[in-house]
Amino acid sequence: MSPISLKRGPEFSRITGLGTFRGERVVPNEELIEPINSSDEWIQKMTGIRTRVRAADGTDVIDMSEHAAIEAINNAGISRDEIDTVILSTITYPHITPGGAPVLADRLGITAAAFDISAACAGYCYGISQADALVRSGNARNVLVVGAEKMSDWVDPADRSISYLLGDGAGAAVVGASDEAGIGPTVWGSDGSGAQLIRQTASWDEIRNNRDAAFPTLFQEGPSVFKWASFKMAPVALEAIEAAGVTPDDIQAFIPHQANVRIIDQLAKQIGLPDHVAIGKDIADSGNTSAASIPLATERLLRDGDAKSGDLALQIGFGAGLVYAAQVVVLP
Amino acid sequence: MADKNEILAGLAEIVAEETGLDTNEVELDKSFTDDLDIDSLSMMTIVTLAEEKFDVRIPDEEVKNLTTVGDAVTFIEGAQK
Repeated sequence: MSPISLKRGPEFSRITGLGTFRGERVVPNEELIEPINSSDEWIQKMTGIRTRVRAADGTDVIDMSEHAAIEAINNAGISRDEIDTVILSTITYPHITPGGAPVLADRLGITAAAFDISAACAGYCYGISQADALVRSGNARNVLVVGAEKMSDWVDPADRSISYLLGDGAGAAVVGASDEAGIGPTVWGSDGSGAQLIRQTASWDEIRNNRDAAFPTLFQEGPSVFKWASFKMAPVALEAIEAAGVTPDDIQAFIPHQANVRIIDQLAKQIGLPDHVAIGKDIADSGNTSAASIPLATERLLRDGDAKSGDLALQIGFGAGLVYAAQVVVLP
Repeated sequence: MADKNEILAGLAEIVAEETGLDTNEVELDKSFTDDLDIDSLSMMTIVTLAEEKFDVRIPDEEVKNLTTVGDAVTFIEGAQK
C-alpha cells in the first residue's frame, strides 16, 4: 500500500473576482489604414472593429497583468497572500525564459507557484480549466488566472492579415472554492495540422541564422481561420453546454474570443443561441487582444448591464495552435 | 449525386441566404467578387455550406481558383465522384 497521502479539495470552484486593464491609447481605424491601403469602412465591414486599445510605450505585459490582477484579487475579497498559484497566459511576453508569471507574482509581493501557458487566444479558458482542477484537487486554495497581451509589439503596419485587428490588454480572474458548481467541464483540444494558419512570420532560429531577416510579426490565413473558428467551434460550444448539464436556453451570456465580429456572429448562428442571450462584442472598441479578450468582454457585459453576477455564461477561446477550449461558468 | 443544374440551384440558394441577392442573379458566368460583391469571409461561409449540402470537400487553397459561379459548380460536380 502506498504511503503517499493526498490532499482533498472542495467539491466545487467558481470565479470569485474579475479584473481588467485596457491599453491606454484608443487607436481608430483611420490611424492604421494608409500602410494597408484600406479604409475605415472596409475594416468595419470585415471585422466590426471601430477602434482598438493599445498600451503606451512604457507599459508592458507585466504592468497590464499587475493592474488586472490587483483588481481581480480585490473583487474576490481576499488578500494577495491567499493566492497560491499564478497562471499567466500570454504569447507576447518577450522572453523565452524566465516566464512572466513569477515576475508578476513578485510584483504582487507573493511567492505563489507561478507559470506561463502558451495557448494563444484560448489561453484564458485553458487557465480557468487548470485553476478549477487545482482548486478541486486541493492543490491550491485560490488561483490567479491572467490573460495578458501586448500584441502591438508584434504587428507589421503593412500587414493586411491580422495586425490591424490587434489590441493590448489584460484580464484576470481569481478561482476559489464554492458551495455550488461555478465552472463546468472544459471541452478542449487542438489541431496542430493548422499550425501555420496563425503564426509568427519567422522563427527565432531563422532570425539567428539570417541577421538581415525582418523581426517577426504575427500573420494569419484569415479566410481559413474564419472558416475553422466559425464552423468547427460551434460543436465544441454545444458540447460544453451539454457537458455542464444545461441547455442553450439556460445560458444568459455568450462570451467567445474576440477575434472578429464576423466570426462571433457566424458562431452564434451555428450554435443556435436563443435571442435572449447577450453576446460579448467588446472587440468593436478594444480590438482582438488574444488571451485577454474573454475577460475584457466579460467585464464589458457586466459593466453595461447586459449580464449580471450569477448569470450562466458560455465562454470559448480558439486560436493559434490551433487550440481551443470552452466551458460554462457562473459570472462573478 | 446532383447534376450541374441541381448544383447551380443549390449554390444559388446558399449565395442568396448569405448575401440577400435573388437566386436568379446567381448565374454560371457571374464572378463571386466582381459581380456578386462577395468578400473573402462570405466566400468561406458559402464554401462551407456547399460542402455540407453536396457532401464534398473544397480545400481552402482551392477557393481562390473558384472565380465564377461556374467554376464552383464544376468543382463540386467533380468532387462528388
